[in-house]
Amino acid sequence: MDAARAPDILNTLGLGTGPDDLSLDPAALAGYADHPPRMGFFTDTSVCIGCKACEVACKEWNAVPEDGLLLTGMSYDNTAELSASTWRHVAFIEQSVPAPIGTGDAGDDSEVRWLMASNVCKHCTEAACLDVCPTGALMRTEFGTVVVQDDICNGCGYCVSACPFGVIGRSQLDGGAHKCTLCYDRLGDGLMPACAKACPTESIQFGPLDELRERAQQRVDVLHDAGQADARLYGADPADGIGGAGAMFLLLDEPEVYGLPPDPVVTTRDLPSMWRHAAAAAGSLLATVAVACVAGRR
Amino acid sequence: MTGSAAADGAAADRAAADGAGRRGRRAGRKGGGEKLVVPAADFRSYYGRPVVKETVWGPDIPSYLFLGGLAGASSVLAAGADLTGHSELARATKGAAAGAISLSMLALVHDLGRPQRFINMLRVIKVTSPMSVGTWILSGYTPLALTAAACAATRKLRWAGLAATLGAAALGPAVAAYTSVLISDTAAPAWHGGYREMPFLFVGSAATAAAGFGMLAVRPEHARQAVSLAILGGVGELTAKRLLVRRLGTEAEPYESGRAGTLMRGAEGLLWAGLAGTVLGSTVLGGTVLGSRSRVVARLAGGALLAASALTRFGVFEAGRASARDPKYTVRPQRERAEARESAAPAHHQAATQA
Repeated sequence: MDAARAPDILNTLGLGTGPDDLSLDPAALAGYADHPPRMGFFTDTSVCIGCKACEVACKEWNAVPEDGLLLTGMSYDNTAELSASTWRHVAFIEQSVPAPIGTGDAGDDSEVRWLMASNVCKHCTEAACLDVCPTGALMRTEFGTVVVQDDICNGCGYCVSACPFGVIGRSQLDGGAHKCTLCYDRLGDGLMPACAKACPTESIQFGPLDELRERAQQRVDVLHDAGQADARLYGADPADGIGGAGAMFLLLDEPEVYGLPPDPVVTTRDLPSMWRHAAAAAGSLLATVAVACVAGRR
Repeated sequence: MTGSAAADGAAADRAAADGAGRRGRRAGRKGGGEKLVVPAADFRSYYGRPVVKETVWGPDIPSYLFLGGLAGASSVLAAGADLTGHSELARATKGAAAGAISLSMLALVHDLGRPQRFINMLRVIKVTSPMSVGTWILSGYTPLALTAAACAATRKLRWAGLAATLGAAALGPAVAAYTSVLISDTAAPAWHGGYREMPFLFVGSAATAAAGFGMLAVRPEHARQAVSLAILGGVGELTAKRLLVRRLGTEAEPYESGRAGTLMRGAEGLLWAGLAGTVLGSTVLGGTVLGSRSRVVARLAGGALLAASALTRFGVFEAGRASARDPKYTVRPQRERAEARESAAPAHHQAATQA
């Protein structure tokens, strides 16, 4: 049911050649007539080793300011979250799981399972940040990604509250909103984003989104065949609440364990209903004052 | 903070040892000593950290929610009073609208991360951005409200004044109502979850503010229309708030606990007190029992209604912040939704393939 809805809307608007193409082609919807394929990330957390090379490469390439050297007490994660000054964030989760027989720690039948995952902006097909931006500073690129134009952003902070993933932040240093650009400058020169380039295990894969989707599905099938039943894809379904992500993930536990929302829905899906309710309320205010003025006119 | 985070981690470790990977683990809450009103359902999180970002907006924004509501409803009341020949109430409420919207503009620009670029708001018109829509509503409304007040104060340009008054009254309800969409169109669970009732809560609060100002500024014999509006607006606000809380169910906790809860309860107490004073001061009973003191009672009631409206806006604002800060308000409803869909999906699939 949900799968059919979004493309139907697009077709109704006369923007459709076929539902499947368009639901994945935000660049065309944004008005790019002739554009490169939609590019994105597939982050396979099953091979992430938590080296944080992606965090460092991102900071170096994009000249993102440092955000304090703090000890959070959260395993090896002292970056804590995505923000205006962190565009890649490696999460560390230490879990205690049953050990294979005879291999557990002394006096214990459990062992530690490490979950490590490099989080990033999802470059949503239906991007809340872009929808709510009042200045047009947030825009869709020809690659289907979402970037902030720093010379236009006036720091209203609306995108910060609208993002269902808590990705974008407002900088204390310059007052503007900042987030991952999917290395827009590098893409323009035919290079891959800095984080993907630096990743030593190819946990971060970059490429055309349709290829990445296939690769992600193959990888999850391989893991399932190998007995890793908890492997799952996140953000790979165009029928989800954000119309599918431009940056998808292979996770080994529920999304919320990694700090990701389990079922995000872009807030602007409800906006038509919100405007209708507000119009009704505005009308009721007019009527109420009219009644009050008639009742109290003597 | 580091200490409590470490404690959270340790708690998560213990819970994980009890049942690896299974639900039943409550992520540790950050210090704050807040007591839960209802026992929290199980949910998992990343070290108890927020999933969505808390708003970066400061106290400028709830102040604006209040002042914008006061301005919008005051313009409508001013037009009603004008058209029915109550010039004293009309003049006062026009002044309130002009003053409140001027302060609103200052607050809005001040809250920007880059205030010197406020003009970039006028680059585009975007119906998908309530802030953009609001900018254009305010751009139309503000000059009208200022003109109406200036003409009323100087008693010049009567026809221009009437046109501006009617124009401001036409846009006033939009000014008062759109701010509910502004905050509901976010990922803050307490704001988004209440988007159906929020506009009615906001216009009710706006009406009580405008009425309260009228009762405060104008002698009681000229403020009868404000008295009627206070009662209607107050009842509307109380009703909308109850409906909002009922819809959110267990997820209404951010409105009932912590700082937001204190503000919301304070608002409701002041609203009831204001309504009681309004009724008492304006009836025959007020004249006989209170005598000349009924004027004082009416003014106090007006002040209470104004304060109630302001506290409501700050309460709603704080509830949104609190709901973004605690991951359970993001994770719990989404997890329930996802599980409901998963349990429904296989049957749906089978039906589809059979057909």
